[in-house]
Amino acid sequence: MRAPMLFIAASLAVVAAAHAGSGAPVPLRVVGDGIPEPLAGLAGDPARGRAIVVDRQRGLCLLCHTGPFPEQRFQGTLAPSLAGAGTRWTVAQLRLRVADSRAIDPATIMPSYHRADGLARVAKPFEGRPILDAQQVEDVIAFLATLQDKEGPKR
Amino acid sequence: MTRRGVLAAALAAALATAAAAQGDGRLSGFAFMGPDTQAMQKDDTANPGMLWVAEGEALWSQPAGQSGRSCASCHGEAAQALPGVAARYPAIDDATGEAVTLDGRINLCRQRNQQAPPLALEGRDMLSLSAFVGHRSRGMPIDPPDDPRLAPVRERGEALYRLRQGQLNFSCANCHDDNAGGRLGAAPIPQAHPTGYPIYRLEWQAVGSLQRRLRNCLTGVRAEPFAYGAPELTALEAYLASRARGMELETPAVRP
Ligand code: HEC
Ligand code: HEC
Repeated sequence: MRAPMLFIAASLAVVAAAHAGSGAPVPLRVVGDGIPEPLAGLAGDPARGRAIVVDRQRGLCLLCHTGPFPEQRFQGTLAPSLAGAGTRWTVAQLRLRVADSRAIDPATIMPSYHRADGLARVAKPFEGRPILDAQQVEDVIAFLATLQDKEGPKR
Repeated sequence: MTRRGVLAAALAAALATAAAAQGDGRLSGFAFMGPDTQAMQKDDTANPGMLWVAEGEALWSQPAGQSGRSCASCHGEAAQALPGVAARYPAIDDATGEAVTLDGRINLCRQRNQQAPPLALEGRDMLSLSAFVGHRSRGMPIDPPDDPRLAPVRERGEALYRLRQGQLNFSCANCHDDNAGGRLGAAPIPQAHPTGYPIYRLEWQAVGSLQRRLRNCLTGVRAEPFAYGAPELTALEAYLASRARGMELETPAVRP
């Protein structure tokens, strides 16, 4: 068993290479508490989104969150479960929560996945780059929208 | 398990092992480990860190540099050497007025008193000597000096501890104060008390310093890690030591 910190460290070079093609974040068009339009007009793919969410070098979501991922051992305990996220939130709300959770709560520990400003001492390979590019955010959103909860919307 | 559940389990484990509990909520990283790793730390014949201690003990009496002197020439035989000293670092070096870590002090001794070149930070010899000197304070309370010259160093360390940094935008406090006892994926988050350094880390399959640990935490949040020996790491060490005042030194600890 290896701890995630090592995964993150060991994958630095790989991640850096993967990011080399992607550039600066696209602008986020916030309306109310959401982003109604897909980032850069891209369409998301839920299967790719799921793969990103469970990937501990790309999405990193399960470092903090649990969720309906029975095959994933070692889910984090720092954040609410992702189960039912697509029932609790609209697609626009989910997009803002993933792309820029700081816009909702500046004190949150959840990273703003599609923002590269307002950060201190970022390691060189990641400087100026978002954690997920616009396509990856749309894939994640498309997947989160499929996480429906039988009890229906709570808010 | 819920976060509170994890913390309760960690607390129970700590109470069962007496040494780790302070009664004021502070817990050594020891308390967050599984029973197998705890057993490995407690048994000197199973604790791989003791190999570094033994190597350090041999180096202690080995002459070095143009002076032809060994550490023992000034500080006495290994069996009597420097009890409680590691528990007081970082400390101020009177000659320069600057804060130095234990590793920094070892290198100052080599240069000034042995006329020998400094040892590579994180090299085998440095880790062995610091493991040996640390082991000579095992079981003693961490006892940072009441030197007013250390106050600004600790303040700088605390500011770094609270700075959100890296692409993932985490401060040390976000994990170690706000979420200690929780799990970051597989890893239980300890309270960041520097009780056992240098440690034998199973993940490294080697002994490593506190600075290596801090650099790992920084790399984990995709922040630029400070270089070994950088004043920022000395400042963080000084702040961490002040938070851990009175906690028992476990060197060489074992960590997952
Ligand atoms: C470092 C921790 C962390 C990481 C990594 C993280 N989150 Fe979060 N997330 C949180 C926390 C904490 C909350 C609770 C709200 C808050 O404090 O901002 C949250 C809230 C959410 C919510 C709203 C949940 C609800 O139903 O109330 C969604 C959706 C979400 N995160 C999705 C994700 C996705 C998708 C990823 C990965 C691409 C991710 N998060 C990565 C910490 C994290
Ligand atoms: C994203 C979470 C996170 C952040 C941010 C973080 N750490 Fe850690 N830290 C950990 C985890 C998890 C461990 C346990 C080791 C492991 O399994 O990787 C740890 C271990 C430690 C330890 C070792 C404790 C022991 O018992 O040996 C110290 C000391 C420490 N961290 C200090 C710091 C400092 C100082 C900072 C900021 C410069 C920091 N950490 C930032 C997660 C974090």
